[in-house]
Amino acid sequence: MTDEAQDVIGDYRYGFHDPENSTIRFDQGLSEQVVRDISELKNEPEWMTDIRVKAYRHFVERVMPEWGNCDLLNKIDFESITYFLRSSNKTETSWDDVPDDIKNTFNRLGIPEAEQKWLGGVTAQYESEAVYHSIREDLEEQGVIFLDMDTGMKQFPEIIKKYFGTVIPYSDNKFSALNTAVWSGGSFLYIPKGISVEMPVQAYFRINAKNMGQFERTLIIADEGSSVHYVEGCTAPSYSTDSLHSAVVELIAMEGAKIRYSTVQNWSSNVYNLVTKRAVAHKNATIEWVDGNIGSKLTMKYPSVLLKGEGAHAEVISVAYAGEGQHQDTGAKVHHLASNTTSNIISKSISKKGGRSSYRGLLQVTPKSTGCRSKIVCDALILDDYSRSDTYPTMEIGNSTADLEHEASVSKVSSDQLFYLMSRGFTEDAAMGLIVNGFFEPFTRELPMEYALELNKLLELEMEGSIG
Amino acid sequence: MAEEILRIENLHVSVEGTLILKGVNLTIHRGEIHAIMGRNGAGKSTLANVVMGHPAYVITEGSIFYKGQPLEELAVFERARAGMFLSFQYPAVIPGVQVGTFLKKSVTSVRDEAPKGRAFRKELTSAMEQLSMDKSFLSRYVNDGFSGGEKKRLEILQMLLLKPHLALLDETDSGLDIDALRIVAKGINEVAVDSACLIITHYQRLLDLVKPDYVHAMINGTIVQTGGPELALELEDRGYDWLDVTA
Repeated sequence: MTDEAQDVIGDYRYGFHDPENSTIRFDQGLSEQVVRDISELKNEPEWMTDIRVKAYRHFVERVMPEWGNCDLLNKIDFESITYFLRSSNKTETSWDDVPDDIKNTFNRLGIPEAEQKWLGGVTAQYESEAVYHSIREDLEEQGVIFLDMDTGMKQFPEIIKKYFGTVIPYSDNKFSALNTAVWSGGSFLYIPKGISVEMPVQAYFRINAKNMGQFERTLIIADEGSSVHYVEGCTAPSYSTDSLHSAVVELIAMEGAKIRYSTVQNWSSNVYNLVTKRAVAHKNATIEWVDGNIGSKLTMKYPSVLLKGEGAHAEVISVAYAGEGQHQDTGAKVHHLASNTTSNIISKSISKKGGRSSYRGLLQVTPKSTGCRSKIVCDALILDDYSRSDTYPTMEIGNSTADLEHEASVSKVSSDQLFYLMSRGFTEDAAMGLIVNGFFEPFTRELPMEYALELNKLLELEMEGSIG
Repeated sequence: MAEEILRIENLHVSVEGTLILKGVNLTIHRGEIHAIMGRNGAGKSTLANVVMGHPAYVITEGSIFYKGQPLEELAVFERARAGMFLSFQYPAVIPGVQVGTFLKKSVTSVRDEAPKGRAFRKELTSAMEQLSMDKSFLSRYVNDGFSGGEKKRLEILQMLLLKPHLALLDETDSGLDIDALRIVAKGINEVAVDSACLIITHYQRLLDLVKPDYVHAMINGTIVQTGGPELALELEDRGYDWLDVTA
């Protein structure tokens, strides 16, 4: 075993934190004034302030969801959350200009290194706003826009006004309302017609302060015939009090465009992760959500696709790992709103040490959408006798021309598999790690190699001490 | 005299409360090939599994020594690292894990160091050629969708790479056609030169290709007769009834 691996056994390796230095920090708690203050601080146009305020009022009136994990949801204390924290006055374009503490953190997370090796652009968000941002010159010359959302609002308000909230209106759910009211940061990405961005672009979200609320807002528009792969990662320090991450991500793929959105969510186990992600796919467009949930206390997230144009395709591959004290309530929603649209959903979950994973899925085919095809595969692996896995699939099929397949399985690691691997020299933990990596393989093979290796390493470490 | 590798003394083993082995004695030295023959349910596979340390098999009496050391002190993975190898009758399927990854990790575990990239590839390629295995095996998932013959070849490939001092071969010949049997036998003969080898089989045909020094007939959990290769022929010819005192 390497020294590095030795250091992190039984421990969340990203749980360290920096001193809490801030240039602006709002008092804890939420009110209409807080919402207006955020908007004013960002010098926003009136239309954005208005949307925020409407969203806030909706948030206040909207009841908490009565599904998912109500016990945990109702424990969220919205008055103890810090809704805005600025840690650096400027979004820098050189790492040298980023404050030392923050720069060191991102160094430890490997972001600058990854950027040099294989990324087309990077946004690094720390608390409420991006502290660093860059894009390769060649992409910029091709007209690709990749900015943090706040800068996007300043430079391209018309585009944002046209699309903001069109895929996920603030009234969609309580947390989309909250995000719309207090959003800050996130990514704005536009790919012009016919441009294929070969290298992935990445956004990294880091929470550092205690009781922090992070509410990034991401909007990605792929114009006709273009393609892009966007990758996001996230971590936070381990604290005994809770933090809240509630993002809204809207994707729009125009005719023939393709967006792949990959997530490796690895929040510390004191973070509520309540995220709304939805995409629109126009004619012959493809949306791919590759969604990995390893960390957090409670995640409720169901990447969705509206297949609006004929021939559009959706792909949702998600994995969830629920360890001690974790509930991963995840899944996928696909709406076949046009004819000859296709979708493919693969969901894999692992529960361990009392963790709970739930698959919640919706497949809808409207009466007028003929010739649609969909395949759903849900596999759950339970590693001990006191962990839990549930499946809540919903199908609304409006006509008889749809071709649907649904497979589901719940399994345990067999003693024969463990014995076989141990007879080949693997320790019990290493054998379990290998089996788990294999189980998640349909997901990891879709990730950029660097991410896949990292995730495999992470899962192997999670398996340390998993038996006995 | 060659080094003693395996010594089994008065071994009694039960599975889920049922006594399967009822006093087995067996000693194997380096360079020896032993074959155990018997009917289904005689306890042959139990013997192989208990030596390797399968948790479902409980030793109720007697002992097993590997190179003079009592085996109960060693966990399964430690037995593998100490040079013991079991070729499974029914190898487990490990979905999503590629054969190439699995072999590399396994060899790393057993040798206690990562093999050098190029040297390992060369070793692997040559072993696979010897077993007439296509390179495409390496990217398939371990035993997933493998035919019976493919599974057995993968077992032997692992044995060639891990170079055990004690090779336990549990019905490695079952499900193999004659060409595959020849290939597998060649692999066994190569390893057997410098190791102790215990072959468990129903049939004589593997023993035509891998010459045993000793053949043991097992009935109802004990070894009732030991002889040379001629015993295998006799068992093939006459069956087991003539040895079965309880029949």
